[in-house]
Amino acid sequence: MRPGSEAELAEMVRDATGGLRVRGGGTRPVGSGAGEVLDTTGLSGIHLYEPGALTVVAGAGTPLSEIERRLDAEGQRLAFEPMDHRGLLGTSGDSTIGGVVAANVSGPRRIQAGACRDFLLGVRFVDGQGTVIKNGGRVMKNVTGYDLVKLMAGSRGTLGVLSEVSLKVLPKPEAAATILFDGLDDAQAVRAMARGLGSPFDVTGAAHLPEGPEGHPVTLLRVEGFSGSVDYRADTMAKLFGALPVRVERDPVRVAQLWTDIRDVTSMKGANGDVWRISCKPSDAPALVEALDPTSHIFDWGGGLIWALMPEGTDARTRLGMIDGHATRVRGAGTTPVFPPESAPVAALTRAIRQRFDPRGILNPGSFH
Amino acid sequence: MQMPEPNAAVIARKARIVEMLEAALPGGIIHDEAEVRAYECDALTAYRCPPLAVALPSSTEQVSALLKICHDEGVPVVPRGAGTSLAGGSLPTADSLILGVARMAEVLETDYDNRFIRVQTGRTNLSVTGAVAEDGFFYAPDPSSQLACAIAGNIAMNSGGAHCLKYGVTTNNLMGVTLVLMDGTVVELGGAHLDAGGLDLLGVICGSEGQLGVVTEATLRILHQPEGARPVLIGYDSNEVAGACVSDIIKAGVLPVAIEFMDRPCIRATDAFSGAGYPDCEALLIVEVEGSDAEIDEQLQKITAIARRHNPVELREATDADEAARIWLGRKSAFGAMGSINDYMCLDGTIPVNELPYVLKRISEMSKEFGLEVANVFHAGDGNMHPLILFNANEAGQLELCEDLGAEILKLCVEVGGCLTGEHGVGVEKRDLMHHQYAPQDLEAQMLIKDVFDPKWLLNPAKVFPLDASNARRTAMLAAE
Repeated sequence: MRPGSEAELAEMVRDATGGLRVRGGGTRPVGSGAGEVLDTTGLSGIHLYEPGALTVVAGAGTPLSEIERRLDAEGQRLAFEPMDHRGLLGTSGDSTIGGVVAANVSGPRRIQAGACRDFLLGVRFVDGQGTVIKNGGRVMKNVTGYDLVKLMAGSRGTLGVLSEVSLKVLPKPEAAATILFDGLDDAQAVRAMARGLGSPFDVTGAAHLPEGPEGHPVTLLRVEGFSGSVDYRADTMAKLFGALPVRVERDPVRVAQLWTDIRDVTSMKGANGDVWRISCKPSDAPALVEALDPTSHIFDWGGGLIWALMPEGTDARTRLGMIDGHATRVRGAGTTPVFPPESAPVAALTRAIRQRFDPRGILNPGSFH
Repeated sequence: MQMPEPNAAVIARKARIVEMLEAALPGGIIHDEAEVRAYECDALTAYRCPPLAVALPSSTEQVSALLKICHDEGVPVVPRGAGTSLAGGSLPTADSLILGVARMAEVLETDYDNRFIRVQTGRTNLSVTGAVAEDGFFYAPDPSSQLACAIAGNIAMNSGGAHCLKYGVTTNNLMGVTLVLMDGTVVELGGAHLDAGGLDLLGVICGSEGQLGVVTEATLRILHQPEGARPVLIGYDSNEVAGACVSDIIKAGVLPVAIEFMDRPCIRATDAFSGAGYPDCEALLIVEVEGSDAEIDEQLQKITAIARRHNPVELREATDADEAARIWLGRKSAFGAMGSINDYMCLDGTIPVNELPYVLKRISEMSKEFGLEVANVFHAGDGNMHPLILFNANEAGQLELCEDLGAEILKLCVEVGGCLTGEHGVGVEKRDLMHHQYAPQDLEAQMLIKDVFDPKWLLNPAKVFPLDASNARRTAMLAAE
């Protein structure tokens, strides 16, 4: 099924007799369940782009690449830095903006600028009964009624099929630099990142690679902005760390590559094993890695995001125990559920919301389980 | 404004209900008719109604116990932070218990390494920053009422502030909550980690106007203070040009922390009131940037270059703290200045930034049609307008006329692609305008969420949704009792 309009989408959902597997570009399968594929790529096109108002409105099936090209031509970007899952998951195709929103995909800048959900201003979607619903709009401040916009971000198509999204965009900075520390262990790295993130210098990325591009541990802090400001902050911050030897990378191409590799977890591309994504309290990260004992790992978000490569079939959650956060299996198979279990009241609320929005249980059945 | 008939059966059982509440919270229940009057309204003072009783708990457990009693007894509950809502978000009904969190103001945890603070939600917005300021940190959302308003209310209304162009609003700075559902169930959402593992329920709670549960504790993101901040004042002889300047600043890639806009009626009134020394012009912008001195210079250079291209009648850069304070003086006293002239009603619509000149022109025309003066002061960077309609409350019919003009202005905001409220919330004030923003099925989807969290529709029941839209649900609840 490939609707060419929102009205057609509504009709198809209304008339559906079995499960629907909602699919954008297919680069990051969000629904693991069975069912007929509902391809949203026919809902494509940028409906409105106002650079002076920092807003873009597009059909959910619009390729992410098309949106990024349009923004780039005006010197703007999606500041939440959506990850490209293709390398890590071994998928191909063109990621759609609806898919990005449905999975709330964000990147290293999430720690400073916010996640996809923080930039999502409005949605139009078709619920499980084929009703078209809108929420939010295209302005940056909007508290008119309940915020179903946040609810839809990351709901993986289980409450409705997105037809249109509006997003806040931001200017691309003139310059970026990255401060690099060599040879830190996990605990030292998390402390150094906390220092950077707790400084006034507006760090937009804080990551640690235990096996960096040159084979030894490297810890990275990114600053972005006007060139004078970037120079000032990079230099001042480097001095913060006193005796710790630091390097500053200012070449725009190399800086961009470093962060693309972190964003896309390039180090685990093609490696054997399951990939787990753990969202946690940053200072817990070193101890959690010890408990996990992964084949390899990296830290993003100052330690608040752990990517762990585990031997196939390992249940990372058993090793972690109770944590402030949650673990999701991003790649791999097995009997362990993909998504983290929820507390009884949260699970009850989630079930009830899904039941209300999709009483027949046809939208991405099997997701979140 | 219409409110539903209070539940006579609940009022008739007042003594018994109070007795049960007092057993759960000895000494913490106010039920004397004279004493409950202190809670008859919030900052939307045009509407008042004394509640059945008031409870002032000091812990999550107590909140849970009180809610469970009200749930079982069918007593509506109106949660209340500090009572500063301009939208009537905590306006009581005669059959309701006001559940105030004012006695819950503790800091529970401060964690600089992980950059968060966990507080009880009765704590005021400014005192959250106060708790971390000595160590160089701050909590970013800064509504104008920040001295008085409580975090509970900030979460309920998803409050913004002057600096949200750079730092976002409450929802972007809220990491976790302890939420008590109407039946007393305590739910933990989020925490010191980022992003939900499943559905983003935290995102739904923020801005739900106290209708889904009572938030008793919150984990809030804190940031290190910038090294410095400095404003520049730019005057223009037309709103259109000022609007174009705002748009150009944003397009140029400068992201000021604040871009404030005042129109002529507001400039004149605030200048006369505060002696800020503002130029007498059509439109005034205050643009503030942050960073080290050199970074501020770099940004201001770009901003003033753009401003000059639009031929300003005045361009004043602050060179020291004193001058900076003078630039902000008038803006910060805007509401006081208006209050000294007359009664006023403060609106809160948001529009796409590029529609600014058209909307200001239309407001000025409508102001003439209605014969009521309107002054505009607002956050231009994000299109959140605060038209202030001046009226005389002592003159018969003026409040109604003012409300009618307010409604027309808000409809205009929706018409141009904006919304009814950017940071104050719907409350009772804009409840009946919701039909202009949302189709019946859009409201229905929102009410489905209410059904899930509060099946008996007991929490803050006559707010947010137009009464005709929520009528079936509210009466079904009453019939079931």
